[in-house]
Amino acid sequence: MHNVKYTAASVFKYLTLILGALAALVPIVVVLFASLKTNTEYASTGPLTLPENWLNFSNYTKAFVDGKMLLGFKNTLIILVISIVGATLTGSMMAYILSRFKFRGSALLMGAFLVATLIPGVTTQVATFQIINSLELFNTRWAPILMYLGTDIIAVYIFMQFLDSISESLDESAMLDGASYWTIYWRIILPLLKPAIVTVIIVKGVNIYNDFYTPFLYMPKSDLQVISTALFKFKGPYGSQWEVICAAIMIAIIPTLVIFTSLQKYIYNGFSQGSVK
Amino acid sequence: MFKLSDMSYKNQRILIILLFSLVPIVLLFTFAYLPVIKMFQYSFTNWNGLSKTMEYVGFDNYKTIFTKPEYFAVFKVSLYYFFATFVQMGLALYFATILSFNVRMKNLFKGILFFPTLLNGVAIGFIFLFFFKPDGTLDTILQMIGLESLQQKWLLNPKLINISLAGASLWRYMGMNFIIFLGAISSIGKDIYEASDIDGANRWHQFRHIILPSIRRILQLNLILAVSGAIGVFEIPYVMTGGSNGSGTFVIQTVDLAFKYSKLGLASAMAVVLLGIVLIVTVLQRVLIKEEA
Repeated sequence: MHNVKYTAASVFKYLTLILGALAALVPIVVVLFASLKTNTEYASTGPLTLPENWLNFSNYTKAFVDGKMLLGFKNTLIILVISIVGATLTGSMMAYILSRFKFRGSALLMGAFLVATLIPGVTTQVATFQIINSLELFNTRWAPILMYLGTDIIAVYIFMQFLDSISESLDESAMLDGASYWTIYWRIILPLLKPAIVTVIIVKGVNIYNDFYTPFLYMPKSDLQVISTALFKFKGPYGSQWEVICAAIMIAIIPTLVIFTSLQKYIYNGFSQGSVK
Repeated sequence: MFKLSDMSYKNQRILIILLFSLVPIVLLFTFAYLPVIKMFQYSFTNWNGLSKTMEYVGFDNYKTIFTKPEYFAVFKVSLYYFFATFVQMGLALYFATILSFNVRMKNLFKGILFFPTLLNGVAIGFIFLFFFKPDGTLDTILQMIGLESLQQKWLLNPKLINISLAGASLWRYMGMNFIIFLGAISSIGKDIYEASDIDGANRWHQFRHIILPSIRRILQLNLILAVSGAIGVFEIPYVMTGGSNGSGTFVIQTVDLAFKYSKLGLASAMAVVLLGIVLIVTVLQRVLIKEEA
């Protein structure tokens, strides 16, 4: 009797897991199918029908060329690299002085960063837009870069958490050798922060790659399109050519998929660390 | 040549504190505090965003928001997303719990359930346009399992549109809740389960008396964050419907007012209301969680 109950529970468990996995995958897989179909094939078959030729990449070429996806990747990469390097440096510097020095105003500074996290970015966009405009940064890459840099407290938190675990006696022994505070930060602290840096890169990287709001609002110029905005542009002219749109969707997803499968472990850690308040 | 190590540590310290905090402070002020101040200021004007002058109109913008139904309606849309969050967290908690115990292909299931969260918001919008369109994925699946009668115009029917969109949003964010719950559950010591096994507890008892109490704080935090999340919805409805057919959310309306209709004053007032709600919710959350701890 006991056994029967166990099996029923276990059947239910696997059934729900499979259903959950299907719910997560089917919407994406059908897009993959559609992206590999020819125009006539797409029109005559249903979304769940497999493509006739799994190597028909003509939609991909079309999406890639017409959607100027290469430009999108290039702009995304530039913004991503500058923002992440900047956020890693400013975040770790901030964390370094906050965790190593007790100075007048450190509590105030920490408080200022904390309160800023309570202000949701979306609420202040209208005013932020005017600031970007008056700095003459509208329609330049610096607009999103500065914003990705400027509001990041999560990085400071992650770095501070990590710095607490790096013994201060390390700093002290370096000081006995006459190292300056800069040397201590640059030569000792920063290399030891590597795991925290990986976490910050992942969390920020995912956010920046997927962000639509900021580039859409601040860089409407087509030369500056990133992956999100490049993809969004398919909405108009390709409204009826779903097979091309589907290829464009896949092009935007593939880098995420590759990075996810290769960095799975770090990504899980990154997210659970990044989300702890 | 100037060398930092020639300075006394006391002076070095002052210099490094100033240098290291300069950029973050300037950025913090420019992009976090200044916008809030400006936003309050704009919210009392009828500024269109372009003209050199702005006229102070007192509380007129706020009056408009709270008295004209077309502005207030966006709050009703938030309710759909708010309720979807409960379903989303229920599912996340269920999957996190069963995947914390012995399951075959555990990591594969974890990966699949988490993956949607990492996807580009615009891509997700398109994926679900494809999913909900007439003769799209959903309709085809319904037909396959013999439920043709349920086929609908998912995104054209004003009664259904927000449910469909909230469904897409659930799909997108479930993995995030899932991974947070998974982390919280995995921090529970294994010995507690073993002890309860010996006492004859079944899985439900373990969930009810071990897991649920240990992740209570995270659960509360997520529930309260759901409020600000529901009000801050933007990408999915914007990409999928542009806010048509009664699917406009608070943020879509603010963006439209400010950048499409040049009503910057009114948009700022809406943003102030939004900020107010989020702040109240956050303070509430801090107070509630502090009481627990």
